[in-house]
Amino acid sequence: MKRSNEPLFWSLFGAGGVLSALIAPVLILITGIIAPIGVWMPQQALSYARVLAFATHWFGKLLLLAVIALFLFHAVHRIYHGMHDIGVHGGTAAMTACYGAALLGTVAAAYLLLAIGF
Amino acid sequence: MAQARTYVRPMQGWWRRNPYFVRYMIREASSVFLAIYTLILLVGLLRLTQGEAAYEGWRAVLGSPPSILFHWLALLTVGYHAYTWWKVAPKTAPDIRIGGRPLPEIAITGGGWAATVVASVLVYVIVRWM
Repeated sequence: MKRSNEPLFWSLFGAGGVLSALIAPVLILITGIIAPIGVWMPQQALSYARVLAFATHWFGKLLLLAVIALFLFHAVHRIYHGMHDIGVHGGTAAMTACYGAALLGTVAAAYLLLAIGF
Repeated sequence: MAQARTYVRPMQGWWRRNPYFVRYMIREASSVFLAIYTLILLVGLLRLTQGEAAYEGWRAVLGSPPSILFHWLALLTVGYHAYTWWKVAPKTAPDIRIGGRPLPEIAITGGGWAATVVASVLVYVIVRWM
């Protein structure tokens, strides 16, 4: 019998689900709402110098990669299965597109985090 | 041979018939907002590698009204995902037993909600003051 790929994708979905349940709302609030408008968070909190320092530190890189990779794998898993719910049965092509996009995003993030230097 | 003409229950709009399924679809839709948000972060990372002017351009877009509106919707739906994630955790978590008794559901769910609050406060404090 062919081995199922579900355990791998479900693990990534689960890990992304936990990480996003813990910090996605606060990240959205900070980077998307309160820092841009400068209410409850000074706009300098996300200044170029500060964010660059974060992204060049090894621990910052690790956090950014974990957030981007796991959020993506979590999201595409739900999008892939959710397509069936609205009557779109894409099959293998849809599956490849979904998980391929998450993998591509992960590789892109890893590349950018290396390219930005240490 | 001709296909037998049997009644097939229409599935069009199935989830709108029951509030339980409407909530299910809102939760699943949160993933679309999360995916777009993550792509926005990825673009931010790309702009960061391209220098200060590129990064400031990205920040200016984040301050625009359509972006703020998107992030409010993302906050609501992804916040709902966080709420439901811990709500179903007793069914998805491994069987944890203390003194032979399974951990009560409210302990797992409540612990998860508390963890989200603590993690959120930590992230806020770190981003703002560290």
